[in-house]
Amino acid sequence: MNALIVSALLGVLMMFSGILLKQKKALRNVAIAGMVLLLMLNVLEMAGIVLFKIDTKGMMVFDRFALLFTTIAFASTLLYLLLSARDMEKVGINYAEYFALIFFILCGITLTASFKSLLILFLGIEIISIPLYILTGSDKKNLKSNEASLKYFLLGSFSTGLLLMGIALIYGARGTFYTNDITVFTEAKPSALIVAGMLLVLFSMSFKVSAAPFHFWTPDVYDGAPTVFTSFMATIVKAAFFIAFIRLFDDAFGLLQSKWQLLVAIITVATLFIGNITAVFQQSVKRMLAYSSIAQAGFMMLSLFAMNTDAKEGLLLYTAAYSLATIGIFAVLIKMNDYSFDGFNGFARQQPLLAATTTIFLLSLAGIPLTGGFLAKFYMLKAVMISGDHLWLVIVAIFMAAISVYYYFRVIQAMYFKEGDSPPIEVSRGFKWTLVLLAALVILLGIFPSLLLNWLYF
Amino acid sequence: MPINYYIFLSVALFCIGIVGVLTRRNAIIIFMCIELMLNAVNLLLVAFSKMHYKTALLAGDAATTAGTDGQLFVFFIMVVAAAEVSVGLAIIVMMYRNIHSVDVNFLNRLKH
Repeated sequence: MNALIVSALLGVLMMFSGILLKQKKALRNVAIAGMVLLLMLNVLEMAGIVLFKIDTKGMMVFDRFALLFTTIAFASTLLYLLLSARDMEKVGINYAEYFALIFFILCGITLTASFKSLLILFLGIEIISIPLYILTGSDKKNLKSNEASLKYFLLGSFSTGLLLMGIALIYGARGTFYTNDITVFTEAKPSALIVAGMLLVLFSMSFKVSAAPFHFWTPDVYDGAPTVFTSFMATIVKAAFFIAFIRLFDDAFGLLQSKWQLLVAIITVATLFIGNITAVFQQSVKRMLAYSSIAQAGFMMLSLFAMNTDAKEGLLLYTAAYSLATIGIFAVLIKMNDYSFDGFNGFARQQPLLAATTTIFLLSLAGIPLTGGFLAKFYMLKAVMISGDHLWLVIVAIFMAAISVYYYFRVIQAMYFKEGDSPPIEVSRGFKWTLVLLAALVILLGIFPSLLLNWLYF
Repeated sequence: MPINYYIFLSVALFCIGIVGVLTRRNAIIIFMCIELMLNAVNLLLVAFSKMHYKTALLAGDAATTAGTDGQLFVFFIMVVAAAEVSVGLAIIVMMYRNIHSVDVNFLNRLKH
């Protein structure tokens, strides 16, 4: 509850400071200070100190799972602001408003992490989506940015329509929006209304997390959006949609698992296949990362398929490892002059520290041991193994992870083993240290995942 | 009237919306079709809300509040749809300023 109210207030505060403060450095500092405050209040709530006590009639519940996820999301956003806030200046003139929109998105993330009613789920998804449409199109003179934002807007509202129809059908069948009451059946068989509603909600959520065959908007939107905002969209927002997805299907449709499990398995395999195979053929690193985010979504879908304690723990670890690593790579990518693979030629000689940290992030995404990405993938596969006789799915996932090594290592190969003469890039000392901190966190998660996951229980 | 009529009407409206989104090429018309989908949902929610109210009334609960949450949801959908319209039209206008067209067939720069 702390985070929900304070993030909305901070959004309004940033809008006003855009009028009062003319210096960009001051605005940036206000935003970072606000982010630190938000993170601290959320950690305080985990320790039991709640500043605002509001009766939500059971429509939201701030349990350990929700609070731990929001803490991960806020910490990632803080690191994202520290690394990339300076680069938002280049996007356009509305510097303060970008921060305001990011705080509003965080408010939506708090809703999607803690909903117990389909109404809150809908509001959360929309509060995340609408600011994102604006951020995608914030580079107003750039046609690619315009196109990406229009595409994202049309497809996003289309999938919201599907979600609402699903919710309406479920309401017709059950007469309630509370997720816990939806599958408490008195009759033996679920009605056709509720199954149809569930399928519509499944399709719409697959749209939001860019799972195949609903992924087609992702590469275009991620490629067209300003790179600073792609970084935010591909990491924290995507993780929030996944948390909403697993919470919804755990609470509302857990008892109907036999009806959707096969469908989720098909979506998972399709996502892994399309994401990984298409990423191999990309020439631009930004577009490769867009496809890689589809491939990683395939791995996160495994947690939905398995739906047990390990899956939920694993999903939290996965969101942390994936967000941190991808934010790091994007932060370096923003600084590059050329987004193609050739742009990274000879990068190790020019910027040894940046190249080393980027290598760690790429290794984590590929799932090499001693990094967070490896343990996250391991948890997912373990959850699938425990959930029953699904060895084939594990084998497919491991095979796809092996393919992903190819395109991640292409960047490492370009940095270390190729000669290049791209013009040198300027980075500040603070940027370097934050990047080192990020790499240290990625490795720490890979060695001691219990540091994070213990928070779920104590 | 039986609830089936309302369900058929709103599903028909919803399907018209989906077909419109998939086949039309003008961004404004696609947007109108999306609004049609949302309004089909509103109609369905209100119909179901009355249905649940009547069921509770017939079950003997005179002071029932069953079904009010469905109508509340409709207000939230209206508000969110209005917010979406304001952002969406701004995006379409921004597009029009740059390429003097709102045809989505122009949206193919990102493919290559």
